[in-house]
Amino acid sequence: MATFDSQASDVAGDGAKAPLWKRYKAGHHWRTQDDEFDAAKIGIWLFLATEVLLFSGLFCAYAVFRMLYPEAISAGSGYLDWRFGFSNTVVLLISSFTMAMAIRDVQLNRQRWATINLSITWVCAALFLAIKFIFEYGPKWAEGKRPGNLFDYAYASTSHEHVWWSIYYMSTGVHATHVLIGMGLIAWLIYRQRKGAYGPTHFTMMEGVGLYWHIVDLVWIFLFPLLYLVH
Amino acid sequence: MTTVDRALDHVHDDHHDVPYLTPKGGPVATVWDWMTTVDHKKIGVMYLFSVLFMFFLGGVAALMLRIELLEPTRQTAAGLTGAAFAGGEGSSVGAVGQFYNTVMTMHGAIMVFMFIVPGIPASLGNFFLPLMLGAKDVAFPRLNLASWYVYVFGSMFGVYVILTGGVDTGWTFYTPYSTTTDGQPQVVAMILAVFVLGFSSIFTGLNFIVTVHKLRPPGMGWFDMPLFIWALYATSIIQVLATPVIGVTFLLLLFERLFQIGIFDPGLGGDPVLFQHFFWFYSHPVVYVMILPAMGIISEVLAIHSRKRLFGYRAIAFSSLAIAAVSFLVWGHHMFTSQGELAAMIFSALTFLVAIPTAVKVFNWIATLYKGSIAWNTPMLYAMQFLFLFSIGGLTGLPLGALSTDLHLHDSYFVVAHFHYVMFGGTVIAFLSGIHHWWPKMFGRMYNEFWAKIGCALVFVGFNVTFFTQFFLGTQGMPRRYASYVDEFTTLHQISTYGSWVLALGFVVHLFVFIHSLIVGERAPQNPWGGLSLEWETDPVPLEHNFRHEPICKHGPYDFETTVPPGCDEKDFPLPPQDEVRTVH
Repeated sequence: MATFDSQASDVAGDGAKAPLWKRYKAGHHWRTQDDEFDAAKIGIWLFLATEVLLFSGLFCAYAVFRMLYPEAISAGSGYLDWRFGFSNTVVLLISSFTMAMAIRDVQLNRQRWATINLSITWVCAALFLAIKFIFEYGPKWAEGKRPGNLFDYAYASTSHEHVWWSIYYMSTGVHATHVLIGMGLIAWLIYRQRKGAYGPTHFTMMEGVGLYWHIVDLVWIFLFPLLYLVH
Repeated sequence: MTTVDRALDHVHDDHHDVPYLTPKGGPVATVWDWMTTVDHKKIGVMYLFSVLFMFFLGGVAALMLRIELLEPTRQTAAGLTGAAFAGGEGSSVGAVGQFYNTVMTMHGAIMVFMFIVPGIPASLGNFFLPLMLGAKDVAFPRLNLASWYVYVFGSMFGVYVILTGGVDTGWTFYTPYSTTTDGQPQVVAMILAVFVLGFSSIFTGLNFIVTVHKLRPPGMGWFDMPLFIWALYATSIIQVLATPVIGVTFLLLLFERLFQIGIFDPGLGGDPVLFQHFFWFYSHPVVYVMILPAMGIISEVLAIHSRKRLFGYRAIAFSSLAIAAVSFLVWGHHMFTSQGELAAMIFSALTFLVAIPTAVKVFNWIATLYKGSIAWNTPMLYAMQFLFLFSIGGLTGLPLGALSTDLHLHDSYFVVAHFHYVMFGGTVIAFLSGIHHWWPKMFGRMYNEFWAKIGCALVFVGFNVTFFTQFFLGTQGMPRRYASYVDEFTTLHQISTYGSWVLALGFVVHLFVFIHSLIVGERAPQNPWGGLSLEWETDPVPLEHNFRHEPICKHGPYDFETTVPPGCDEKDFPLPPQDEVRTVH
């Protein structure tokens, strides 16, 4: 990759007319803008490691209860409609693609396309949550398919089905929270990107949020088969 | 303004070249300056006072426990015990027992989550990691400040719990007890506190890892770093990788407590052993978060105050990483009775692995002292105490890790004594060593060596009287966590309690030494101990931007035979005849 500092040197003279990304200077404790960018990337990757470990607890609980109550997990999984899960998978994959494209766009200074791609990403995230809440959480909660003590489904065929619903709501709920946080971050990216904060020599924030968005996507790629497809 | 971190409006003017402690205008402006600072030094100092305050709260709880244990308390609480515990003299044993459980939980939870985990890394680490690397700040200064606010926010939950009557779950929050015991808002608040504090721990760890990778000065390779940095690096890896697991565990516990989701509660088909696995998967590695930075401090103090190159630099550096790696494989030794026999045997065998890198360190430290020019000042005395007490703590861990002896010793006072020899005799003693060692650099003033030594001696005597007796209590069968006991333990319990008073007196002496130093202490020179790591190249009180010029690493941190310390006169720290110096690295 070309170094940023070599490109950023034409800033002088442009003054206030230059877009924000051209005027960006690294924090005072960094030697170069490259160093700052690299550090931010190491930081975000470490953060992604913590995310993986956070979800690993939920996956671990899933495995334990699958072993303890195989019938309950199998029956519970049967209540889920794979078509909703599949639609959501497609929606998230598209959003991951547009997120990656948006980063490519700011790297090439295609600002209009960046806005469009970021907006599609945001809409996909909203679509994911809409499908989740309108077609899945809502009807299930109304039927009494709730976690733990709140469980009130009259036609349960196996005992311990409430444990399945606990696992289901906890893991998809923590994931949905991440989607919601991602929506906030992407909205903020759109706002900043419209102001011209990101361009070929400065897109640290885009890169970081992008990586975060991909891990949210990736977690769903694992949740989908475990919850919907495996019986 | 603070040291400006926003690059767009940053101008290099002179106002950053003042000592970081210089007030910015009036009292309100100064307080505002500190509350919004992104300067790692100020954040380190704020952390130092915050964790010491929590240490004080946890310490008061500990003293109360020892007072309750002055007498066996079987029917009614008499004398001092009765007076100190809720109902006054003659209160029922049930009420005393309940209050005892609460105070014990507060002691454990505060000391573990609010004092000893953030303790050294967030205070001394924050202050000295960038200085030792010759950097202007940590990699992410605003994240650093956020970490402090998250810590304070989380600790406020803890204080709220104390003010509203406390919780009695024990610091381990084992289910189903923690999901069914009384005190809904308090238990929820305490669970939230631990959840929130985890974020501050992750922020600090993440910041340190990136700082070590990206902000070393020109000329400093990985093996030119002071060993305190290596220790903090290994600590940070554990913080980043272990803390998310306690995060999700306490999230599940929170929902279990609020909505009975049945994941941990056996009454609803949940698995309480799963909670134990999750809990110890974090809480075992985290004891190395507590001890590794302490070991880093000992490496610095022993080398500088004996003016000797550290023996086995690479062995000490790699043993830190080895401890961090092994720490993730031994959580099962907290649950020997709640898992299968084969698993218990495997975890027992893995537990002994920890002894190897730990012993590597101890032997290297002792070898460092050989033929050194040892200064008998407070940091050194504490470092010596560390070697002695930590060795006792480490060696008494072996019978606890062996299945056959653990059957007899587990859940007894032997465990309590072992744990305190490692955590107090190790971490707190090293923390005190580090505070004295770096005090002149942090506050620009010397402390009173004579009275600090008196405090040091009182802490040593008090600590040993308090906790060595507990080894005997444990081997004789005194179980931990109980408010009452059979009569034959009375004498040992009373000796232990008297010891805790001596220990407290030692801390009071230290407190006065510190206050005295801050107000009228003699101005510290730039480099009072003749250290070679980069923090001693700064001004007596470091500037806001730390260094006058970007430092270049020209010598190793322990090259005492060949280098005159920066800011020192050669006749104060004479070099040996150079033809006798072996320059093997």
